[in-house]
Amino acid sequence: MATSEIKTNDPGIDPATGEYRVIAPGQTFKSVTEKIARIVLTPTTPLGWFAIFGIGGAVATMLLVAVVWLFLMGVGIWAITQPVAWGFAIINFVWWIGIGHAGTLISAILLLFKQGWRNSINRFAEAMTIFAVVCAGMFPLIHVGRPWLGYWLLPYPNTMNVWPQFRSPLLWDVFAVSTYATISVVFWYIGMVPDFGTLRDRSESKLGQYVYGMLSMGWRGSVRHWMRYETASLLLAGLATPLVLSVHTVISFDFAVAVLPGWHTTIFPPYFVAGAIYSGFAMVLTLAIPLRKFYHLEGLVTERHIDNMGKVMLATGFIVAYGYGMEAFMAWYSASHWEAFMFWNRMFGPMGWSYWVLITCNLAIPLTTLWSRKLRTSISFMFFISIVVNTGMWFERFVIVVTSLYRDFLPSSWGTYRATKWDYMTYVGTLGLFTALFLLFVRFLPMIPMSEIRMMLPGAKIKAKTAAGAGD
Amino acid sequence: MPAREGTYGLLAEFDTPGDLIRAAQQARQDGWRRMDCYTPYPVEEAAEAIGFHRNKVPLVTLVGGLMGLAAMFSLETWISTLAYPLNIAGRPTYSWPAFIVPAYEWTILWAGLSAAFGMMALNGLPSLYHPLFNAPNFRDGATTDKFFLCLEALDPKFDAVETKAYLQAFQPQSVVEVEY
Repeated sequence: MATSEIKTNDPGIDPATGEYRVIAPGQTFKSVTEKIARIVLTPTTPLGWFAIFGIGGAVATMLLVAVVWLFLMGVGIWAITQPVAWGFAIINFVWWIGIGHAGTLISAILLLFKQGWRNSINRFAEAMTIFAVVCAGMFPLIHVGRPWLGYWLLPYPNTMNVWPQFRSPLLWDVFAVSTYATISVVFWYIGMVPDFGTLRDRSESKLGQYVYGMLSMGWRGSVRHWMRYETASLLLAGLATPLVLSVHTVISFDFAVAVLPGWHTTIFPPYFVAGAIYSGFAMVLTLAIPLRKFYHLEGLVTERHIDNMGKVMLATGFIVAYGYGMEAFMAWYSASHWEAFMFWNRMFGPMGWSYWVLITCNLAIPLTTLWSRKLRTSISFMFFISIVVNTGMWFERFVIVVTSLYRDFLPSSWGTYRATKWDYMTYVGTLGLFTALFLLFVRFLPMIPMSEIRMMLPGAKIKAKTAAGAGD
Repeated sequence: MPAREGTYGLLAEFDTPGDLIRAAQQARQDGWRRMDCYTPYPVEEAAEAIGFHRNKVPLVTLVGGLMGLAAMFSLETWISTLAYPLNIAGRPTYSWPAFIVPAYEWTILWAGLSAAFGMMALNGLPSLYHPLFNAPNFRDGATTDKFFLCLEALDPKFDAVETKAYLQAFQPQSVVEVEY
């Protein structure tokens, strides 16, 4: 629809293909390396970095306060009680893990599909995954009540002679999430090793040379090493792909295996995975748009990236829409009195407003506007959409958890849910923790994979030696 | 192992991957075996040129994954049937379909760790010292924008003078001798 609106003399467009360029023209191996390495190696940190880090750190301190109080007083300081025994902790856990999934999707699935445009954004998308998993993993741990006994979740020989129960999805979750965290960190680190080599060689400070030298493990770019490295990356991508699909599937089992109207449905696994990718891409945009502006990376994270992410969001948004539709359909088609009441109550009950916030943020706004290429390449609009979808996806988790629980089977056990200030402090605090960790990453680690960007530059094309006189 | 002193090899620097590949192909054709190319990003053709076609990372990964699968599935079976049998709603103690999920996760976990650490081990990394880092132009270029071919002194064809002339014929930016 919008193709004709694009001016062909736009420098962002490659005249050969008529597509938006993945990387702006005029970049060389040296210029790309300099640009990315300088962000890390510069001795002067921009003032804006300190300002945002200060805010993030202050908000993260709030998390610390909330968690300390929680450890002293117990989970009673949260709003969880009967019938809503799962509250913010599980909502935030699912939301954060979902955000992490887009990082793995970008780094693994798009690598397997040979989507070269991902190279500019995969590193910080992976960082986002790891920090999101850090925030997510904290919630079940602090929710167990006595987090210092969290290791009881693991099968280990103990004097009580007690072992975990492997038929429970909650235990599957332990293995899914711990595997996900480990593989994400390994994939991220392995991906950075050659770039650490570059930083070691470009660093002018002794400390930088030592630290990046240790981190690079002596990487020297031998083609034999590169070939094994490429194989390992491909295999890790191939392993991370089924992993990322399984993680949110297992998380959805936490709900779907329970015999509870609103949770007990087979649409949950695919709909959770699609929702995760939807919110994750939104978060990548939320991070990428200010970053490219702040660090002048418009030549590396181009409008093409923003446009493509918009397309992925459109596609996953429709899968999510199908999930909502199917939930409503099954509430009617199952002819189950309880399902029908739950769904009616979800839409029009006392908490019905949350359902409409979800529909507005996840379906009404993005799925009507993301069709337009003009809007998809409008940076400020995409930033707005990313915030809207992140909000919508948080409300999706809220709706699933709270509106399925607060109207129990018997009216005598109906209740409500109103989060306490400690709930909000914990949730908002993780946003601060995430921001602070992400800023540390941006300052000290290469946020764009230099070696992968080099492969996409015109200089990487291997020209056949032309015969003498043929001209070159 | 030969004594770690004297010359490690001769290092030729090229500006483009194409020049490196042509030089490497020619050297391989002329019977050179102890040699390596160094590039700032993976150049598959250069690996082909020096005769490096296959690697063992997939095998290591497969073995690791199968070990993870076997380890978790047998742990679950042993715990649920022998160590701590529990009656969960009358289900059999050996409820193997439920055991698939953690076993699947551990397959991926062990395979992934094997791929990453196996690749590092096969590469001989970490190794923080390497003679090539002594070359004055290596660290400036090999991880940024230059392409290197190193003919190593361990090759029987190596001769400090003749090999230098041989490399000069490829018209590199420079040829330097690398000391241990």
